[in-house]
Amino acid sequence: MTDLTELSLAQARDGLRGKKFSAVELTDAYVAAMAAARLLNSYITETPDRARDMARASDGRIASGQAGALEGIPLGIKDLFCTKDVLSTAGSHILDGFKPAYESTVTANLWREGAVMLGKLNLDEFAMGSSNETSYYGPVVSPWRRTGDTAKLVPGGSSGGSSSAVAARLCLAATGTDTGGSIRQPAAFTGIVGLKPTYGRCSRWGIVAFASSLDQAGPLARDVRDAAILLGVMAGHDPKDSTSVDRPVPNYEAALTGNIKGMRIGIPAEYRVDGMPQGIEAMWGRGAKWLREAGAEIVEISLPHTRYALPAYYIVAPAEASSNLARYDGMRYGLRVAGKDLIDTYEKSRSAGFGAEVKRRILIGTYVLSAGYYDAYYLRAQRVRTLIANDFRAAFEKVDAILTPATPSPAFAIGERNDDPIGMFLNDVFTVPANLAGLPGISVPAGLSDDGLPLGLQLIGKAFDEETVLRVAGVLEEAAAFTARPDSWWRS
Amino acid sequence: MSVDTDTVRRIAKLARLAISDDGLAPMAQELNVILGWVDQLNEVDVSAVEPMTSAVQTSLKKRSDTVTDGHIQEAVLHNAPLTEHGFFVVPKVVE
Repeated sequence: MTDLTELSLAQARDGLRGKKFSAVELTDAYVAAMAAARLLNSYITETPDRARDMARASDGRIASGQAGALEGIPLGIKDLFCTKDVLSTAGSHILDGFKPAYESTVTANLWREGAVMLGKLNLDEFAMGSSNETSYYGPVVSPWRRTGDTAKLVPGGSSGGSSSAVAARLCLAATGTDTGGSIRQPAAFTGIVGLKPTYGRCSRWGIVAFASSLDQAGPLARDVRDAAILLGVMAGHDPKDSTSVDRPVPNYEAALTGNIKGMRIGIPAEYRVDGMPQGIEAMWGRGAKWLREAGAEIVEISLPHTRYALPAYYIVAPAEASSNLARYDGMRYGLRVAGKDLIDTYEKSRSAGFGAEVKRRILIGTYVLSAGYYDAYYLRAQRVRTLIANDFRAAFEKVDAILTPATPSPAFAIGERNDDPIGMFLNDVFTVPANLAGLPGISVPAGLSDDGLPLGLQLIGKAFDEETVLRVAGVLEEAAAFTARPDSWWRS
Repeated sequence: MSVDTDTVRRIAKLARLAISDDGLAPMAQELNVILGWVDQLNEVDVSAVEPMTSAVQTSLKKRSDTVTDGHIQEAVLHNAPLTEHGFFVVPKVVE
């Protein structure tokens, strides 16, 4: 039998339905791959026993003709999703020992359709980071290396455990969350597909909150079809999240027709940033050419407020985070460090429980929301956000989707960029605008850098038009024919 | 606008984060780098622009005002660092 971990999610689904192999066999292959890859530090918690139990139940449902849409499919879950009775850490010391009494809506949707949980994936602490170096559980290592170099590279962040595990075949696909690029940037760094849906498409209930007006769950997968299949199960209205939208979930897989004839694809002039490597510029041009050859019309567009997206984001996101993270007080769950009185206990618990990046963002958020500064910072940023959303609204009167690079550089080495917070923020320069505007975006692997690392192209679509985003992404994927894979140096 | 060590001490207190006296100046420096960078937003004329408050315009759904759960004391207390007689135990609040 061929290595089962080589199959895509769609292929594995069809193989299970055709009884070519069992869900237990498939799960066992991933449990073994996961155990042999601990050098990558992708998983915080492995749940092999639960995975086998779930796989056995899947085999039963397949045998009795009751298979769900993801029956027997082994997935990794970003450790920002609460999973009932399974340690859920958000990559933070402050959630020590936290085993939720409930299940997030998105993961509950996956289990309802028969998916199998392999474990909880590492991430930047509270999803705050672009390199997965801020996790209390240590940095995640990318399976990719530069040509002729053994330096350990970051897998992107904050969904770095997810991207590393999908790229290294340690799960069939994974969940992620994207507040400023945390699905798309790690997908681009590791040669896989990452989709951030429209804000409101997936329920946020049971996902540890970072910045509630920006957070959105989505899939990281090996190809566009797999991402489409997963989104169809993750998405949907949830009465427990008042921002989740009550509209039908389309058949996203059916949107992958390969036909983009007559579509108009926008190329935003403002995404040509200073210092962008030539390889990324060239790949962007190739992407436009592929879409033109497939029958789309390429249209130059302008998104004039693009350069203000990142600074606006670094006010809005920390402000919301400082408010959301106020709940971690050491009283009801997680870490408590006893102090001389209540306030001292709060301060000691929070100071011991949060890492440096989280503290910095809480302080920025507290400052921009504090008396006398609210208008100058927070309100101004929210007004700029309106301008950014208006830019997109105007552009989408002329085009069906927008093509940009996913990141301004390929992956970098662990430790290489830690001294410069703003340099680290710039990783998200192309992904943040879609979060501020609430729009769907996807990253598709489209080529390799000069030193052999994956590069991604991003497509941004209209609100709730994931179908167009996926359809164009499918065409891009086919034209790019990205088949490069990292050597499995990490396997023990 | 620039943050000094007194401001850092004040916002750390508001955020319930303990920062040692040695840590105040470096933190002020870090925050000033970031706040200096976000100051570029002052270039934008926002005088006639409404602030964006939600990413997707929807009206909030109503639901019937009924109890949907309850009687789950054990689940509520299950992750607490300290409990006694079915309550959370916290440091003394009232003298």
